[in-house]
Amino acid sequence: MKGRSLPEGGRVALALLMATLALVVLRNLLPDPLIRLPQTLILPFADWINAVFAFARDDLGLMRVTRAFSDVVEVCLDVTANLLYGKSRWPRLGPIPWVVIAASAAVAGHALAGWRLAALAGGTFIWIAVMGQWKWAMETLSVILVAAPFSVALGLALGMLAWHSRRAERVLNPILNIAQSLPHFAYMIPVVVFIGVGPKAGAIVTIIFSVPPMIRMTLLGLRAVPAEIIESGRMSGTTRLQLMTRVRLPAARTELLIGVNQVIMQSLAMVVLASFIGMPGLGQKLLQLLQALKIGLSVEIGITIVLLAIVLDRMSKAWAVRQPSHHDEGSGWLQRHRHLAVWAGLVGLGFALVTLHPYFAVVERAQALSMAGPVDAAVGAFIDMVSPVTDWLRWFLITWVLIPLRDGFLWLPVSAVLVFLAGIGWAVGGPRSALICLAFFLPIALSGWWDRAMITVYTVFVAVTLALLIGVPLGLLGAARPGRARRFLLICDTLQTFPSFIYLIPVVMLFGVNDVAVIAAVMVFATVPIIRYTIEGLRSIPPEIVESAQMSGAGPGQILWHVKLPLAVPTLMVGANQSIMFALFMVIIAAFIGTQDLGQEMQRALSSTDVGKGLVLGFAVAFMGLMADHLLLKWARGRGT
Amino acid sequence: MTENDVVISCRNVWKVFGDRPERLAPRLTAQTTAEDLRATGQIAAVRDVSLDIRRGEMLVVMGLSGSGKSTLVRCLARLLNITAGAVTVEGRDIGRLTETELIDLRRRKMGMVFQSFGLLPHRTALENVAFPLEMRGQDRRSRIARAHEMLALVGLKGREGYFPRELSGGQQQRVGIARSLAVEPDIWFLDEPFSALDPLIRREMQDEFLRLKGMLAKTIVFITHDFDEALRLADRIVLMKDGAVEQIDTPERIVMAPATPYVAKFTQAVDRCRVIRAGAVAQPVQGPPPEGTALPGAETLHALARRIVGDSRPLIPVADARGGIAGVLDRQAALDLLLGPVA
Repeated sequence: MKGRSLPEGGRVALALLMATLALVVLRNLLPDPLIRLPQTLILPFADWINAVFAFARDDLGLMRVTRAFSDVVEVCLDVTANLLYGKSRWPRLGPIPWVVIAASAAVAGHALAGWRLAALAGGTFIWIAVMGQWKWAMETLSVILVAAPFSVALGLALGMLAWHSRRAERVLNPILNIAQSLPHFAYMIPVVVFIGVGPKAGAIVTIIFSVPPMIRMTLLGLRAVPAEIIESGRMSGTTRLQLMTRVRLPAARTELLIGVNQVIMQSLAMVVLASFIGMPGLGQKLLQLLQALKIGLSVEIGITIVLLAIVLDRMSKAWAVRQPSHHDEGSGWLQRHRHLAVWAGLVGLGFALVTLHPYFAVVERAQALSMAGPVDAAVGAFIDMVSPVTDWLRWFLITWVLIPLRDGFLWLPVSAVLVFLAGIGWAVGGPRSALICLAFFLPIALSGWWDRAMITVYTVFVAVTLALLIGVPLGLLGAARPGRARRFLLICDTLQTFPSFIYLIPVVMLFGVNDVAVIAAVMVFATVPIIRYTIEGLRSIPPEIVESAQMSGAGPGQILWHVKLPLAVPTLMVGANQSIMFALFMVIIAAFIGTQDLGQEMQRALSSTDVGKGLVLGFAVAFMGLMADHLLLKWARGRGT
Repeated sequence: MTENDVVISCRNVWKVFGDRPERLAPRLTAQTTAEDLRATGQIAAVRDVSLDIRRGEMLVVMGLSGSGKSTLVRCLARLLNITAGAVTVEGRDIGRLTETELIDLRRRKMGMVFQSFGLLPHRTALENVAFPLEMRGQDRRSRIARAHEMLALVGLKGREGYFPRELSGGQQQRVGIARSLAVEPDIWFLDEPFSALDPLIRREMQDEFLRLKGMLAKTIVFITHDFDEALRLADRIVLMKDGAVEQIDTPERIVMAPATPYVAKFTQAVDRCRVIRAGAVAQPVQGPPPEGTALPGAETLHALARRIVGDSRPLIPVADARGGIAGVLDRQAALDLLLGPVA
């Protein structure tokens, strides 16, 4: 492939790869500096970052700005906290009885997408209440309720700025690229420094984390407004402001609402993780329970988080795709506002129920239904049954696959890895790509975290390889029939809405706390995008091409190997790219069940609020992701056209 | 033709797309060709166009896709800023208007209909029609009343509460037409208004358009790529190719005396009798006018064919719009046009 497309570049790439081989073979003869960079070359990035932060905080008075902003957020948080779980703050109305909230969710679900969503939304809140998780869930929701609007407003403003000025876009774009590949923890450390820990910090980190997709969707939406709609607005005599508020933004409605959907989902993922910085709620509970290996209870919390994720996702998506429709001539106010009327009625009914019995206001701990006992027993029985298999699997994998591979990655000389990456870069995109690869990876070597980074690389490598081995066949299976493809895609969609934290529950259950569990969690999480993009790649092949192959007398196997797979490869690469990104994120999150990679160090940085170290580690992860992104997308693009 | 009668006037208008085309402006002359520009990486969409549009006239700009006709009309409304030349609307150079003046001009003087309708998807038909009125700050009650009136005019009574996606293409364009007329503009731009519609609806909408045109005395600039549509609707046709004007003339003159081989290619397949009106081929009366009933000069020869064949006079009188005698029609020449020359 390399030789054919780029004869000249191909030769350079080949030379670089041969050099890699030589470096690996001759490793034991190499001088030490080629194996690991000498201490003198390690640059104190962390100290530099800390100096910048100290300057910003102490001399620029940034602290006061962030404090002011966080005070505003805190006021909003107090309001939602009072309303949802009765924290004694202004306006001192709450807590709203759970029946009222469940009824409201059901009516909203019906208004947006009919009975099924109504049942799902109402049922979710009933489940939460009946299972006795109300307070935790409301702590989580109260933060999302504040963070999401802030993110949307911020994203909208920045997106409009980027749309308005090319220069702003040019500044924002690389920042967004890095921001979207920084692992969650990297956001938390600066926030802890500036804001502290607790719900307020949780809300702020959630806001920052979920802004990027809104910026991108705003930009995309504003760009996609048809020229004629804008011209018709201008010919109607709009001023610039009128054109923006009455024509451009409403016409970009769908994209903007998809942005809102992404903000909400990102918020949920982050709020759950923010338990690491003292954010109370479902995430914290889950963290505690997982650490105590209380599987039954953590499954219950996991189900709640999953249900909330699905409800929030379906509702916001339904809102995005909803098209306005007219009311019949002469229909009355009640007919036009049927949902409002039903909602008011149900709210009244809810409050009436509360006066009958306090159960409908708050479900006490003692009244909560919990299946934790039976679930624990069932899980225990299941584990006993499969443990010979899993124990053996664990032993086998750790002894014969994982440890040798990890040692192998650690054994590789720095020089060999860098030359190898330059060679791959050259093969894919010529000297420019080779330089980009080096620019992303050399700083990791210079940062002094090479060994940790190699462990991360090894984990991701193993997990994504396994994900490909599992995901591609599953994707092929899924794409075989259109109906099945739709079902598979729906499942993948749903799985992707789950906060990554959730994936840890089953693997901890099966494998306990060790390397295999980490790899398994990362692999499961990384398989989803592979299945998804395999199916989409196969589905997007024009039927005429398949028909022409059939008419050429190709059998089903030949069509798959010679026609479908080659055409699906570019899309599959996008899937692999996303898979690597997901894997990197997951590896870092999985740190708390015991890894020795960058994630572990990042958690240490978090607990010692070391901004410099945390950000250096975060950038190391982001750079790995961005390099993989560059290589895979460049290659896919080269193949695609 | 006095100066007052000209509503829109273009003088040597250029519109060049590309990297900083304004640098080129001083160097653009009638001799500059599209190739010269392409060599500098620029694309000329409108090249050195000069034309006058008279009050109450229906001017059809006709050309194939890429001929610059849509760009030209956007220059007339200053949706695009021109690269060189000048466009004056009612004596004012619109290139020099401030943004506020330009907005005011559009709010009071201009209406425009778009090929893909350009309706706002989140507003009902009624709210779409009321939109320009809302923009100029008209109060709610009067703009709603006016929008109802306009929708009734285009035959959409009862559909006021529908959203654009709930209407058919033809109905959406009716909304677009109603919206463009809501501010009672003097100048009405229509950019390929019927091209996105299927042929039956297109015909129906053309008839509807002719009806509206008869009711409202407006200066109309109509863009089309359909030569038959141009012949059917136009007072005068501007034929464009590669951004430049090939010919500006009445439909008859275009058909009978194409200025360039390119124009002739369009006219070849046209049935002339359906275009040529009796008045246009009438000769001046020499000597005493012939006796008997006169033919109406505004009708096409095709429409009069039966009467011309049945008339035995060698010279048939032709009446003008006021009922006076405009001239005489040579029967033999008319028959030649109708049936082809004698073999």
